[in-house]
Amino acid sequence: MNKIKYYLAGLMFGVIMTKAEVISWYRIYEMFKFQSFHMFGIIGSAVVLGGLMVFWIKKTGFKSKDGMPIHFMPKKMSVPRYLIGGIIFGLGWAMTGACPGPMFTLVGNGFVAMLVVVFSAVLGTFVYGIVKDRLPH
Amino acid sequence: MELIKEPWPWYVAGPMIAVVMFVMLYFGKNFGMSANLRTMCAIGGAGKYAEFFNFDWRSQVWNLVFVLGTITGGYLASEYLSNGHPLQLSEAIVSELNALGVDTQGGGILPESLFGVDALFSLRGIVMMVFGGFLVGFGARYAGGCTSGHAISGLSDLQVPSLIAVVGFFIGGLLMTFFLLPIILRL
Repeated sequence: MNKIKYYLAGLMFGVIMTKAEVISWYRIYEMFKFQSFHMFGIIGSAVVLGGLMVFWIKKTGFKSKDGMPIHFMPKKMSVPRYLIGGIIFGLGWAMTGACPGPMFTLVGNGFVAMLVVVFSAVLGTFVYGIVKDRLPH
Repeated sequence: MELIKEPWPWYVAGPMIAVVMFVMLYFGKNFGMSANLRTMCAIGGAGKYAEFFNFDWRSQVWNLVFVLGTITGGYLASEYLSNGHPLQLSEAIVSELNALGVDTQGGGILPESLFGVDALFSLRGIVMMVFGGFLVGFGARYAGGCTSGHAISGLSDLQVPSLIAVVGFFIGGLLMTFFLLPIILRL
């Protein structure tokens, strides 16, 4: 029962993504063709407000629900890992029009074939885990 | 109520996504969706094949519950919060996509010719869904995160690695959209 809060947060995220058409393949296509400001506006405004929130949390020492300090783990610096991994992700994002959030929300929207995308993404993650040590990081 | 049923503009959706991220931070969790794909591998027994999947997946159940919420949210939004109006697309995009054999007439959020159930029986549909999904899963884990983890959470924390990843997302996305999709969509 203590996990219901995560369910409700996810529910809100699913509604936002659907109502703002973030889950639409067409909107992602438009974004990569620079034909519409919509997606840039969403990501941009989320980052600006999110940035202010993170700054505020750090400045005030705002605690989590359980009274613990909120930690922001600095990611380990590397160029090849983020650049190559990012490019591979981008190639797939432009094909499916769905990143790992929207692909699930699309299933909820009734697009059952998206389960194939989800399964393939799980498979891609699995193969990464297998070959990981042989890749530049 | 009628206003809620309209598509939401960016300046409503973007800040609301930031609020979701903040709520998750308040719950003591990081907002990132692709980690769930790794958890699913671990649940499926992938730990037998790679050390990368040997972790206590029970500690990640909260994130799977979040995913369950996003599925329900998609259902509720499409079923009860939609006015059923067709998706608005510019004429330029419509003629461009139609020339590539992608349907825009249905008015849905996805082209049926690419992601409908029937598309699973076409070479083009299989390539788009299977290869596309594979690249998303492989790339997200290689880069250590996806749009939510890097573009939203990481950039909000001014992390340079996340900025590099997002630049990568766009290089890949532009390569695909401008050079590869015109070939793949003609399969």
